[in-house]
Amino acid sequence: MPRITYVENNGTEHEVDVEPGMSLMEGAVKNMVPGIDADCGGACACATCHCYIENGYAGKTGEKSDMEASMLDFAEDVTDASRLSCQIPVTDELDGLVVRLPASQH
Amino acid sequence: MSVAETFDPTDLPDAYAMPIEEMDVSDGRLFQYQKHWDYFERLRKEDPVHLTENEEFGRFWSITKFKDIMAVDTNHPVFSNEPSIVIGDPPEDFTLPMFIAMDPPKHDLQRKIVSPTVAPANLAELEPLIRKRVQGILDSLPIGEEFNWVDKVSIELTTQMLATLFDFPFEDRHLLTYWSDTATASDQVGNNYIEEEERKRILWECYDYFVRLWNERQGQGDNPKMDFISLLANDSKTNSMLDDPLEYIGNLILLIVGGNDTTRNSISGGVHALNQFPEQYAKLRNDPSLIPNMVSEIIRWQTPLAHMRRRATQDFELGGKQIKKGDKVVMWYISGNRDETEIDRANEFLIDREKARHHIAFGFGIHRCMGNRLAEMQLKILWEEIMKRFEFVEVVGEPERLQSNFVMGFVKLPVVLHAKK
Repeated sequence: MPRITYVENNGTEHEVDVEPGMSLMEGAVKNMVPGIDADCGGACACATCHCYIENGYAGKTGEKSDMEASMLDFAEDVTDASRLSCQIPVTDELDGLVVRLPASQH
Repeated sequence: MSVAETFDPTDLPDAYAMPIEEMDVSDGRLFQYQKHWDYFERLRKEDPVHLTENEEFGRFWSITKFKDIMAVDTNHPVFSNEPSIVIGDPPEDFTLPMFIAMDPPKHDLQRKIVSPTVAPANLAELEPLIRKRVQGILDSLPIGEEFNWVDKVSIELTTQMLATLFDFPFEDRHLLTYWSDTATASDQVGNNYIEEEERKRILWECYDYFVRLWNERQGQGDNPKMDFISLLANDSKTNSMLDDPLEYIGNLILLIVGGNDTTRNSISGGVHALNQFPEQYAKLRNDPSLIPNMVSEIIRWQTPLAHMRRRATQDFELGGKQIKKGDKVVMWYISGNRDETEIDRANEFLIDREKARHHIAFGFGIHRCMGNRLAEMQLKILWEEIMKRFEFVEVVGEPERLQSNFVMGFVKLPVVLHAKK
């Protein structure tokens, strides 16, 4: 299974194995990684699963939809690396991915 | 108020006493007398996407299940917010443009200009002030004698907060509550408290007052103060808003009602709910660390705004029904938040509920409540300070509620405070 490292805003790292097909959001929530709220449950509708994808993985995590871009428009501390983790399906290609989390989702 | 006072609530028909096609949930008195719960329960079970032809509000669809509401709320190309987000249409000469009732791109542009006021960085600055005010209000309350919680706590706290967000003259802050109550006292939301002409007159007074503030705050350059008016008056994209006075009134009302009626009624609703579910109050006394989770549950339970309305921009099938281009579509958040197929034990108030944040009271999608973090912060601080002082905020009489199909409002909630032992 792909191994994903979630890094909380305070630097705490959580290295977990995530089943392919789950979203990055679900991978965090199911493994009790703090820092992702996902109020809407994965519908790209609340921007409380905001994360940062860096280190060259951006090309492997797919393109943002218009809706995701609109929701990110209203999130905090958004950068070019910002994504909504509910919109990124985990694949074998993402093995080794490091996902940074923002200071707060709400 | 005369109509409301002479009305006998037992005249309201029982939800199961009519053919399903005759069901109409738009009567504000259903909510005032709490008959709406049965209506929505029946609709969720028998006709979750329900068409009503109503003399006053015309043809409208009621969307009553969580997932269907989510589908409408997140599909803004098909379901437009223009020209209004409540069930009734505004008069032609008094249609108020406001960003919640706009579609992209103009919505996005205006919302982004005012959102820094309620963004985390500014809220962190405001937190000590909010706590001090909450402490001041709670310490001034009488112990052991009956008073109206709505007036002394819910209104006072949210009005003080609103005055800060607008940097509004503090001694005049009661005007904000007055304008907020006037704005929502409209036949557009099933209420007959004020004649429309009188309502307009009062809202023009609000405009005049805020024009003075606007003029005083222009010319702050690129680094305006963080209040709503300074932000709007100093951004090149909105600094000509006074050219359309109705658009200024519209956005003022949006920000006043959004920051006032909602949290006010969640403050009252939380006290009421904890009295209805004494075992939950006991749980809270044993473990005040449940407060953040309880805050989400209070907001779900209260759902301070019962609905949001959209208009279909094209034909669309939902739940097997054919919504036609131009139809009004009303998302009943108050019903979605009690949908047992989405929320486990939805008709119970559970302060330690799992996934308490998964409620629809803030809406979802690009129009999701802009002030949701501020609302949660105010409620959290309030309950932390209540638990430090009082053993029991006891409700000692039946609440009086507002006649409205939109604002789920408490007018009166008689309580007696018991000091902490």
